[in-house]
Amino acid sequence: MSKATLNLDGMTVEFQPGQTILEVARSHGIFTIPTLCFLKDTTATGSCRMCMVEVEKARTLLPACATVAAPGMAIKTESPRIDVARKMVLELVLSSGNHNCLVCEANGECELQALAYRYQVPTPSFANPPDTKYYYESDNSMIVRDFSKCIMCGRCVRGCNERQVNQAISIGYRGSHNKIVAKADNPYINSDCVFCGECVQSCPVGALLDKNSMHQGRSWERHQVRTTCPYCGVGCQIDLHVKGGHIVKAMGAHALPNEGRLCVKGRFGMGFVQHPDRLKTPLLRKKKGGELEEATWDEALDFVAARLKEVKEKHGPEKIGGWCSARATNEEDYLMQKLMRAVIGTNHVDHCARL
Amino acid sequence: MAGLAASFGSGAMTNSIGELENTDCILVIGSNTNENHPVIAARIKRAARLKNKDLIVIDPRKQDLVKFSRLWLRQVPGTDIALVNAMMQVIIAEKLYDEAYVTERTENFEALKETVAKYTPEYAEKITGVPAAQIIEAARIYAKAKAGSIVYCMGITQHTVGTDNVKTLANLAMLCGNVGIEGGGVNPLRGQNNVQGACDMGGLPNVFSGYQAVTDPANREKMAKAWGVENLPDWVGMTMTDMLPAISKGGIKALYIMGENPALTDPDADHAIKAMQQLELLVVQDIFLTETGKLADVVLPASSFAEKDGTFSNTERRVSRVRQAIHPVGQSRPDWQIVCEISNRLGYPMNYANPEAIFEEIRLVTPSYAGISYKRLESGGLQWPCPNEEHPGTVYLHKDWFAKGKGTFFAIDHKDPAEMPDAEYPLYLTTGRLLYQYHSGTMSRRAVGLTEKAPECLVELSPEDAAKYGVASGDQLRVRTRRGQITAKAHISHKAVAGTIFIPFHFAEASANKLTNAALDPVSKIPEYKVCAVQIEKA
Repeated sequence: MSKATLNLDGMTVEFQPGQTILEVARSHGIFTIPTLCFLKDTTATGSCRMCMVEVEKARTLLPACATVAAPGMAIKTESPRIDVARKMVLELVLSSGNHNCLVCEANGECELQALAYRYQVPTPSFANPPDTKYYYESDNSMIVRDFSKCIMCGRCVRGCNERQVNQAISIGYRGSHNKIVAKADNPYINSDCVFCGECVQSCPVGALLDKNSMHQGRSWERHQVRTTCPYCGVGCQIDLHVKGGHIVKAMGAHALPNEGRLCVKGRFGMGFVQHPDRLKTPLLRKKKGGELEEATWDEALDFVAARLKEVKEKHGPEKIGGWCSARATNEEDYLMQKLMRAVIGTNHVDHCARL
Repeated sequence: MAGLAASFGSGAMTNSIGELENTDCILVIGSNTNENHPVIAARIKRAARLKNKDLIVIDPRKQDLVKFSRLWLRQVPGTDIALVNAMMQVIIAEKLYDEAYVTERTENFEALKETVAKYTPEYAEKITGVPAAQIIEAARIYAKAKAGSIVYCMGITQHTVGTDNVKTLANLAMLCGNVGIEGGGVNPLRGQNNVQGACDMGGLPNVFSGYQAVTDPANREKMAKAWGVENLPDWVGMTMTDMLPAISKGGIKALYIMGENPALTDPDADHAIKAMQQLELLVVQDIFLTETGKLADVVLPASSFAEKDGTFSNTERRVSRVRQAIHPVGQSRPDWQIVCEISNRLGYPMNYANPEAIFEEIRLVTPSYAGISYKRLESGGLQWPCPNEEHPGTVYLHKDWFAKGKGTFFAIDHKDPAEMPDAEYPLYLTTGRLLYQYHSGTMSRRAVGLTEKAPECLVELSPEDAAKYGVASGDQLRVRTRRGQITAKAHISHKAVAGTIFIPFHFAEASANKLTNAALDPVSKIPEYKVCAVQIEKA
């Protein structure tokens, strides 16, 4: 059986039954269809109308993210008619809040800002009056909710309910009153929210923010380092955002096994790394029963080596144990057991796998 | 891990995290996945809620996954074997098992059949407290699924019968032909970021890296040659849980502890602390001054994961890169550099330019890691076994044959936990983790948000027990076992079942492990953290 084909911007392309127009386009290298409400691995709602495309013989423009591709379709992803529609959508979205990029945390990584620039849509002429009050929540230490920036794309809700399945937030109220609510419209801290931060990562604008990263510099001043989370054994891939030698925030990386997800520990638990309590110098108890005192590395290392030698000579290597760590790297655990087995001569090697 | 190694020949998660979304049935037993492995729980919940797959939860606590489950079996703590044996009895009696698979790929089926025969659902109901009808339903759902995955964690292993618990789960999986297929398997969830890697690297008393036994002369010869030494010890060493009690008998005189905190995490922690005080030398290497560090003769400041390069191996055997993001804090140094410095001073030079150089040596001596390199890891993690550079890594184990050839059924009977409630200590105590905290709390209690959500130790008890003892949420409770006592606030919760209290072990000031029983599983040497007898009173 021949594969199903359709016409995309003049090219004949194959597609899998069930794929949306957006998926077909992306699988053939077209990444220029703009989206706002689309979120991978969740139900396409087609609610923002940014991804409208022209399909021959269709009465209206169709949302690429929510329209299933059909054999023989002829699709245009760019046209003057599409441009007009997308610009109008942007203008309406911008009018629905207070989108001031000057002081916005999302400046530089905001999807709305990027689209306003691409389509050259200025601040709308029919915006809400300047004294409009918006909900602002900052009563927990992890997530800030600033509804003056919210564009009601619903990505946070789908991230919470479909990617993490934590079922903590939903869209509440009706019509122009609708807003994102947690447990009968309560602050996150008093709701079922478990602070996985999926909503923060899903937000295309600056409505949901990692509180600890606020006022810590612009996105372009930071660099990102892909690494592996230090908490449980899932091994989530995280991107640490670093500025001036400080970890500003952690985001889930779109790689296996987590594909973007994190939990509260991976996302908001990095405070230990640069905590003032960190040990900064070696400590040495110069005589038994005395206090631990600061020492130089040479003093401490010489002491360890001399005492290990002494115990080995006096009692034999089988009286010495070395513990690897479930928190250290493979390379470090390998070296620890090598030190114990090859250098000391003991197999008393273990770690906390059992605890 | 010892249990899985005996049944299949390899002790690791057989399948991968991503497969959980597409399997037909997931059986979660002894794992509070939503709090301990939230990102894996997300996959399980997606399967149950969005993809309409069957989820069976077996747990005394009404944990968060219960509301997503098709069936929840609430067993008496420490009765997992009786319960699963009864499921197998039903599956065999109703001929729901995979006969071809059992014949071709397993051995010792007759012994299993004979042992489980007496575990009728009615008999098991008396031991486990789970209604017979629920046992039958669970058996049918799991057996009829095309692919069924078993997920377990410390709720299975932290018992004196932990190894037998694991073997019993392996029995169930093999009986239904669920090992060696996509979406199936027996999947232990590892609790710490690199606990799998520490095992893989030979951080165990009986094996070199790659699970090569120290008792095999060929392995010793190979490693001695690679390391340029004359000979290597040929005896099996002690586990941590054996080393600590050995101290007071003179069996251990010096300990070098890298990144562990036994003063808080060891069972019967008071004993552990007293033991460590008797050492001639205690060296502790950590990122904070831990409860264990305070007992040490020398404390060496190590760098955290964010300050160094390296690799971690996750619970599904995936080796992923750790990359340096910031400079070492203070004068701290990465653990590998410290170990090298000590080795150099002991007259055995270790001069590695960087962690990659160490990894290259690991590849040479560890067959399952041979095909993994830093270069390959640039494009994402790789799952061992990965024997050569062309190998794509292994998503699920035991595809056409078990690592040991045929899979072995073990005929196992139910045994009571080492300590059962009695008149003096009338309640069960079970311990575990909270979503917002991690292990001994060294890391997580220094993160503002996590501490905001879980600031202190709470004793979780059922509304029934609260009424019986006249306790309200927030009251101070004195909790006592034969080993010690702690005081903490009460928290009345519908998660708890009457007769059992739950205490998290993250909090040094109310250390749950002052209470727990150091009785060990005879094979794995895992302590029975999940069951002991306890009494409570208002403080």
